[in-house]
Amino acid sequence: MTGDVAVLGAGMHPWGKWGRGFVEYGVVAARAALADAGVDWRDIGSIVGADTVRGGYPGYVAGATFAKALGWQGARVSSVYAACASGAQALHTARAQILSGLADVVLVVGADAAPKGFFRPAGGDRQDDPDWLRFRVLGATNPTYFGLYARRRMALYGDTPEDFAQVKVKNAALGALNPLARYRKRVTAEEVAGSAIVSDPLRLLDICATSDGGAAVVLSSMEFARRHGAADPVRIRAVSTVTPRYPNTLLDLPDIATDSAVAQEPAAETFRASIARAAYEEAGIGPEDLSLAEVYDLSTALELQWYEDLGLCGEGEAAKLLREGATTLGGRIPVNVSGGLASFGEAVPAQAIAQVCELTWQLRGSAGDRQVAGARVGITANQGLFGHGSSVVAVR
Amino acid sequence: MSRTRTPVVAGWFAGEGEDFRLLGTRCSACSSVFFPREDTFCRNPGCPGGELAEVPLSRRGRVWSYTDSRYRPPSPYVTDPELSWQPYALIAVELESERIVVLGQAVPGVTVADLTVGMEVEVVPGVLNEDAETTWTTWHWRPTGVTA
Repeated sequence: MTGDVAVLGAGMHPWGKWGRGFVEYGVVAARAALADAGVDWRDIGSIVGADTVRGGYPGYVAGATFAKALGWQGARVSSVYAACASGAQALHTARAQILSGLADVVLVVGADAAPKGFFRPAGGDRQDDPDWLRFRVLGATNPTYFGLYARRRMALYGDTPEDFAQVKVKNAALGALNPLARYRKRVTAEEVAGSAIVSDPLRLLDICATSDGGAAVVLSSMEFARRHGAADPVRIRAVSTVTPRYPNTLLDLPDIATDSAVAQEPAAETFRASIARAAYEEAGIGPEDLSLAEVYDLSTALELQWYEDLGLCGEGEAAKLLREGATTLGGRIPVNVSGGLASFGEAVPAQAIAQVCELTWQLRGSAGDRQVAGARVGITANQGLFGHGSSVVAVR
Repeated sequence: MSRTRTPVVAGWFAGEGEDFRLLGTRCSACSSVFFPREDTFCRNPGCPGGELAEVPLSRRGRVWSYTDSRYRPPSPYVTDPELSWQPYALIAVELESERIVVLGQAVPGVTVADLTVGMEVEVVPGVLNEDAETTWTTWHWRPTGVTA
């Protein structure tokens, strides 16, 4: 069953490196979302937390952790983990509860307190864990995978490091307009080119940082929204959480190898493209209907990849789309007007929720200096470890 | 005291010199190949399920993409913090007959400047790290034009 759910409220804790615990960031975001919605926490029928693996046991039961911190009030609770797509799966859970009639109004919260430097696997000697193995055997950090994808684009499509740098220049300029972003300084192409190489061909300013942050939304049934006095709320029309199809022939984190395509012909469409297609189909729209997109720019080159996977342009044409200015504010299809991960850094379980917060403000027309004029339809896209990805379509 | 040579992961590779190979498994029912090896169930959803038997992978392949690690990776990658960090290249290699891409470190001394997408490389035995008792062995990719 599909249908619309209303986004009654959105709230975030600013991204940064604040040195405090994830619970505080989540509660600040939750309180902001509840205030924005005009809903009392005690009237929330269900809370869904997006887990963090960096907060010990409370992180694995984030829904309950946030519920306790907000004050136990008896709500149904869920906690979900899906790597970078955790926030989207939390939204999915809330939406499913609303559409099935199990809940009228649901609070969705994700927050993280990130380490300095590279993400690393859980401790111990765990030879059955691909995430542990890629570090032990290859020292393959996340940026090395981003470097592989970037080099592949250069070889296949002729993208250049200068193209990648222009993604950062664009996103930094947009992030400078966003008070919730961690980095609010404009960046020049020369500054990108002058930053240290992390994983060839990508430089420090091509790669997103790891951040602290929290994001929350209050979702409700359309009927609850009407009774609540929200006649024309932003609505979520699709949440795609599809998995890859065997054989997955693109090397995905944290794998050391792809599936073999020797016995089974791979689908014509990549996993990332299938994430977006499922969202388009569920929402009954296409790329031509979009006003804006928020995509997971873990690296500058990956933002370009998303242009193609979302169908904003043909394969290999992303750099051209960028150079034409189509994806900046005022362009045909602005991408990452929030500033993207380039300006936020990644707070894993909060990030996919933060993307929906940005869509909400844009579709309400309340995004201030970074407002996309006349925004009616927005999409998010995200991919994470272990076959996770998500795409959310919101409309007004 | 001599160190014992031990593969960093058991069963992923074997052999010496020219006979060195990555080891995967192949499903007897659908002929799917798996690396890292699957020993319990075939992961092809269209396969009724066969026996998984060990199979050596092709020795040579072509560079799908490459990168490097200019910064010291975190644990459990083992490095000596006393020594300055020496970057190494990582190569993703497409094996034609298996239709699979396998990641590996380049042989020491080969940098990203020596590599291009599509270049032929071969798998060779290598050393990942050493501790008091053990030399931990691994696989490396080496451009076939390089003999060092």
